[in-house]
This record gives sequence, structure tokens and C-alpha cells, in this order.
Amino acid sequence: MPADFNWAIGGEAGDGIDSTGKIFAQALSRAGRHVFTSKDFASRIRGGYTAYKVRTAVDPVQSVVDRLDVLIALTPRTIEENLDELHEGSVIIYDGDRTTMENVEIPEGMVGLDVPLKRLAEEAGGAIMRNVVALGAACEVSDFPIENLDSALEKRFGSKGQALVDNNKEAARKGRDYVAEEYDHEFDYELETTDADYVLLNGDEAIGMGAIAAGCKFYAGYPITPATDVMEYLTGRIEQFGGHVVQAEDELSAINIALGAARAGARSMTATSGPGIDLMAETFGLVATSETPLVIVDVMRSGPSTGMPTKQEQGDLNMMLYGGHGEIPRFVLGPTSISECFWKTVEAFNLAEKYQTPVYIAADLAMAVTEQTFPPESFDMDEVEIERGKVVDEETIDEWQNEKGQFQPHAITDDGVSPRAFPGTAEGAHMSTGLEHDELGRRTEDKEMRVEQVDKRTRKVETAREEEDWTPREFGNPDSENLVISWGSNEGAMTEAIDFLEEEDVDVRFLSVPYLFPRPDLTEEVESAENVVVVECNATGQFADVVEHDTLARVDRVNKYDGVRFKADELAADIKAALQEADQ
Amino acid sequence: MSSDVRFTDFKSDKQPTWCPGCGDFGTMNGMMKALANTGNDPDNTFVVAGIGCSGKIGTYMRSYALHGVHGRALPVGTGVKLANPDLEVMVAGGDGDGYSIGAGHFVHAVRRNVDMTYVVMDNRIYGLTKGQASPTSREDFETSTTPEGPQQPPVNPLALALAAGATFIAQSFSTDAQRHAEIVQEAIEHDGFGFVNVFSPCVTFNDVDTYDYFRDSLVDVAEEGHDRTDYDAAKEKILDADKEYQGVIWQDEASVPYDQKHGLDEDMSEIDEGAPEGAMDLVREFY
Repeated sequence: MPADFNWAIGGEAGDGIDSTGKIFAQALSRAGRHVFTSKDFASRIRGGYTAYKVRTAVDPVQSVVDRLDVLIALTPRTIEENLDELHEGSVIIYDGDRTTMENVEIPEGMVGLDVPLKRLAEEAGGAIMRNVVALGAACEVSDFPIENLDSALEKRFGSKGQALVDNNKEAARKGRDYVAEEYDHEFDYELETTDADYVLLNGDEAIGMGAIAAGCKFYAGYPITPATDVMEYLTGRIEQFGGHVVQAEDELSAINIALGAARAGARSMTATSGPGIDLMAETFGLVATSETPLVIVDVMRSGPSTGMPTKQEQGDLNMMLYGGHGEIPRFVLGPTSISECFWKTVEAFNLAEKYQTPVYIAADLAMAVTEQTFPPESFDMDEVEIERGKVVDEETIDEWQNEKGQFQPHAITDDGVSPRAFPGTAEGAHMSTGLEHDELGRRTEDKEMRVEQVDKRTRKVETAREEEDWTPREFGNPDSENLVISWGSNEGAMTEAIDFLEEEDVDVRFLSVPYLFPRPDLTEEVESAENVVVVECNATGQFADVVEHDTLARVDRVNKYDGVRFKADELAADIKAALQEADQ
Repeated sequence: MSSDVRFTDFKSDKQPTWCPGCGDFGTMNGMMKALANTGNDPDNTFVVAGIGCSGKIGTYMRSYALHGVHGRALPVGTGVKLANPDLEVMVAGGDGDGYSIGAGHFVHAVRRNVDMTYVVMDNRIYGLTKGQASPTSREDFETSTTPEGPQQPPVNPLALALAAGATFIAQSFSTDAQRHAEIVQEAIEHDGFGFVNVFSPCVTFNDVDTYDYFRDSLVDVAEEGHDRTDYDAAKEKILDADKEYQGVIWQDEASVPYDQKHGLDEDMSEIDEGAPEGAMDLVREFY
């Protein structure tokens, strides 16, 4: 019996796929099993093909694999779309009474369970519960006690009344009993439960929660896939902590509203995806030049232009590293997992305020809309530290005034960081501007002051480079001659790929880099390795380029840009092939 | 807020580089008077400026200020005010900044009705780039980029504001110092988005919409017995193509500003030293 179990429900958009999948994932999580979910979805509200996939195991799971054990198929297309992942013995649950499924062909070697989902749902109180009937059937197939489903159903429907909860429980049991009675078949699966308590969340939610934890009280944004979940998460929650969310008229406005709040002293954030980052590039330079702390999240999706809005890609790295006219000091953090989405967001706010600089959080679709289980201690709020940098108040402001008693928000300092006075601070009135300015924040074209201000802003990043920890995360065999480097959400697939590779006697050292600028100097690591492979979800190898630039070495590249994240087994094969090619 | 603040306290020690005779001098003086008259002081005032001649105002006034990118001053002001409603927020810009590149933001700032003041120095020309047509330039106004005139009707900013659901619409003339200051003061005192379009003539590049033109043609609605709370009367004045008006043309007395609707009354710059109390509940929600 395989240690992990892979399950999916698929149908058309509008079939309730997402909420059904979420109930099953929640039930598994509440039963003390680890869960990793993924979605196949399209940018449409009705029709098409959409699926919610769940991988679960007693041990942590942090990736998807190319295998599907049980599939609830509401449409024939759901089966077609998953032929590669289905295998001999896979179980397909479907409703043969549904006109479109009447003549559906179950591929050779697979087990088709024709369950009258709609009819059983009607018996339980309404056709709308047919997906829950299917969940009950899936429980029977996977030997997963149906009581675990109950708590997830209560969470989902509790607010709508006990009657609805009971009907759903009944519907699930009808599905279970039907399979038990009608199919005399031994299934290969047994989903054991444990006493562990896990939380289940996606990357966007982790970013939103990280923001609140970090004291962010202001968010302005414009809806865009796949970043909207950040805004939806914060709405209704940030208010409980004294904050506010503004839905702006566009991204140009969103970043400027967020900038205004930051000028007023609030910890402030905006989140968007590539098309929004393009628009925000205009104000990005102003944020940096006016030395305003601001956190900007880019949840990357497939580009360029509108690209594939619901598909994975890590194509915006260059935009975040270099975007904007002129030379702009910045930080770019790249969380490498869902829990790191939380911690990197906390870190981003501290960096932004300590160095009065915009900070990008480079997240990607594959982590943003994917849910994963964690022990709640992974988000220990007591571990959150707040560092606000050089904020002056009425007592200390005179240290930063010139001989005329004027506050100097852009004072030239050794570490490059100037004092910050929040509006309302007595004797602190000052301006700032996107024009080059003097220490008072007033326009200047004085040659010496221009150079001093540019150097000062650059010096902030240099100070941070020395003061902060930019260490990459390390996995695998530290002494291996094969070095794999990646960034972003590939970490999960890669850490699992290490196990697959081990089975084939290939060992690797894996560095997962969460700091994209400033970033760790990997020269030593690259030089001491025989083969170096950089893994990323884009076509040109943007991170591979910067590794080559930094280390003055050539690296091999594994790139994926078909819109789908790396799967652990597939990635292992790709890396093995890359290493073999390098050895030839 | 101290009561002995004089309007000159809002003046910085930087001399304006506007052309001698520029309308913006008067516009700015009126803003400073209005701020002082409403009990504000430089340390609780935040001025946001856009790009253009008008955008320089942040430098010449003494207050907290940000001189931003072209056309986006209103969003910045929105963020400042919502993050700290104790601040008096005044946004200033020109007709190009507000009605061309920033027109989208103007409409939505009007709708949002945040409690701040927006002063537009409308000279019906692009001054800083040396004389091109602006969105309020006349249809036949010849400029370097429109040798035969723009050949399109000018934007009527007051009508745009009214259509977007404005709660305060006024117009003033920079050289009529007392009236201009009074009108800006009323905009500050208004509970909501106080919008004042100020005729602020450009003596260098606009020889049509001059001081003389406005002096001769302006009609003060206050002298006509206009009822500013009468929507239909306001609409009639705003759509009247034959006359230029000054004064407060429309005020919605029932206006409830965005900040108030959302219960925003705290300075968001203050935060805890660690994660806020109760943050662990957020984690538990994901069980």
C-alpha cells in the first residue's frame, strides 16, 4: 500500500468542486492526516473543466505527484484530463444516471463505481448534496471513517442550521452504504487517522495572516487572480485588529493609497499579480525615492500580458529585481513554502521599516491557491518580532533638525537610514518627493547632493546585506557533487524529489533561496559542486541567470512553463536527466 | 492644534519659482489662510501634490507633505487620511493632473467621499511643459500640440464631480483672495470630500483664460441667492455653458464621509511590539 493517497473531484466550474474538495481536505486534516491540495481551474465561472486534488499521508506532504488513486468524475472530460495520472486499480466514482455520464467508458484496469449520486442526495433532502454523497462513497473506498467527514460538514454548513448539517451527514452515509452494499470489492486503501491537530491554509491566507501578525493595519488592492485571496482574507479580519482594507479603482491607485497610509505611519501593504505589478512600477520608484516602507506582494501567474491567469509561472523575477525606470533600491523576498509565506511577510514589514524601502514578496500561484497542513506551532505568534527602525518622536526629533529647526527626513547617515517622523509629530513637518531631493526632502539638482542621496539609498541595501541573515534553506546531502538550486514554491516538490532520486542512487544537495535581492552569494557552493542545476517555473531561467551572474559560472537549467507546477516524481526525472546530460 | 497659528506659519522658507503673476500664488495663499482659520497647524496637516506647476505647492508650504507621481495625488491623500483621520489632508493639483492623467482617480475619490479637501489649480493649459492643451482648454485654443485647437470639448470638472456623486462642489478665483480663502475653508469644514476648482490663470501660456476674462465673466452664486443644497439648481449652474460661476455650488448636507462610515478614528501608526493580542485565534480558524 502506498504511503500517500491521491484523490480528486472534477467537473465543470459551477459544480461546487472547490467547496466539496475543501470539505474532504478539511476532514482529513481534522483526522490528523497531512494534506496538500491543488487545483486545476480556468478563468471562468461556469463550464469548462475544474478539479480539486488532495494528496494526503500521515507524514507531511508538500507537493503533488503524477498519480491519482480515487477520482470523483462529474463529467467525462474529468476522466480524459486525468488519464496520465490514473493507473491500474484507480477508482472512478461517477453517476451513471447523469445523461453525460451514461455511456462513459472506464479505462481498462480501473474500477468504475457507478453511484446514483443525485438520486441518493434527493433521498437525503436535496440534489444539491450529490457531491457529498460522492464524498461518502470516497470514504468507503479509502476506508476513512465517515465520522471524520462530519466535523468538516459542521464547519462548512454549521452557520446555515443543524438541519442542513444533518442532511449532509445523511447524504454522505448514503454514498458510503451504497458502495458497501453494491460493490463487493476490496480496495487497496486505508486512511488511518492520528491524534495530531493540524491547520489547513493556502499561501495567500498565510500572507494575509502574516501581515496582521506583523501589525499591518492597512491594505489597498484591486482584485486579480491569484492574489485576490489575500484581500478577501484580510477583509473582515484586519478590522478586528484596528485596520482597514480599501478596494481601489485600479492598481495605480492601490499602490498610491497604500503609499499614503505608509506615509501616515501605518504598516501598509498591497498585493497583486504580474499585470498589476506592471502598473505599480510607476509608483514603485516614488516609494523608494521618498524612502517609504511598503510591502508589495506579487503572486505570480503565467504571463506575459493576460497570459494564463489561472496557471503557475515564476516569470516576474526580472520585473521585481529590475522593474521601474532609473535605479531603485529594493528588497525582494521569495517565500518557499506556505508557512514561509507567513514568516516572510513578517520579515518584509520589518525590512521595509528598518530600511525605509519597498519590499516585494515574490509568491507564486502554486503556493497561493494551494492548501497545506501544518502544526499550529508553525505560526507561533509569540515568535513574531516587530522592528520599526529609526522612528523619532517629539523627544528625539531635535537630534535630526538642521540649524533652522527643520526636520531632515533624508538626512545623510553612515548606514544610509534616515530618521522617520510620523505626521502629527510636533516640529516634524516635512515633505518628500519623487524628485531628487536634499536632506529636507526638497527638490535639488545639486550635483553633490544628488550623488550623496543616491549613495545613501544604495548604502541602505549594503547595510542590510551586512546586518541581516540571507542564508538559503538547505536540504539533501551537503557533500553531494550535485547541487540543485531553486526559489519559490518549487521547494516542496524538490524536497520530495530528493527521496525519489535517492531510490535511484542519485544524491543531491538542494539550496532553496528565499532571498532574491539581496541574495546569498552562492559562489562557494557552486564552485565546489560538479554539476549545478537551477530549477524554476519559467522559460528563460531568470534565476539561473542571476546565479551565473553572481558566481561567474555556467549552470544547467530545468524549466517548466506549461502552466503546471513541478510534480515531485516528474521533477526527480528531470533532474536525473539533466545530471546525466551534464556527465556526458 | 494651537489657536495662535497664523497663515504665514504654513509658508516654507523656499521661494516659489512660479512665473511672476501666476495664479498659483493666490491659490496657495488662500489654502494657507483656510488651514489657519480652521484651527490647523503645520504638524497636523498633510498636503499631497501632483505633478505640474501646481505640484510644487508642497515645497512652498510648511506641513507634512508628499509630492507624488503625475495624477495620483488623490489616492495618496486617501491613504494618509484613512490611516490617520486626525490629520487635515489637503490634496492639490492642476487640471492636467486631476482631469487628464488622474481623471479615473478623481471620479473614484469623489465617490469614496473621504473627508479631505481637493484643490485644483485650473489654468486650462499645461504650463510646466510649456504650453500644450489641457483637458479644460477651449475647443479652439491653439497650442503647440493643437495648432487648430483640441477640436474636442473641454472637460466640465464640476459636472464630472456631480455625476460621480460629489457631496461638495465649489469654484473659486485665485485673485479674489478673500472669497477664494472662504470657499476653501468651507471645503475643509465639509464632512466629506471637499472639491474646489480654482481658476488660477497662467500668465505665460494662456492668453484666453486670463485674469481679465475671469474678472469680467465670473458670477458669484452667493450674490444670486443660489441654494447650494438644491441639487437641481446646482445642476443647472454646473451645466450652464454660458457662464462661469464661483462659490459653493453644491453641498450635500447629509454627507457621511467614508472614514466615518467605516468607523476609522484611530492613528494606525501605533502598533504592538509583537503580534497583536488575539492573533493566535487567526491560526485556530484554520483548524
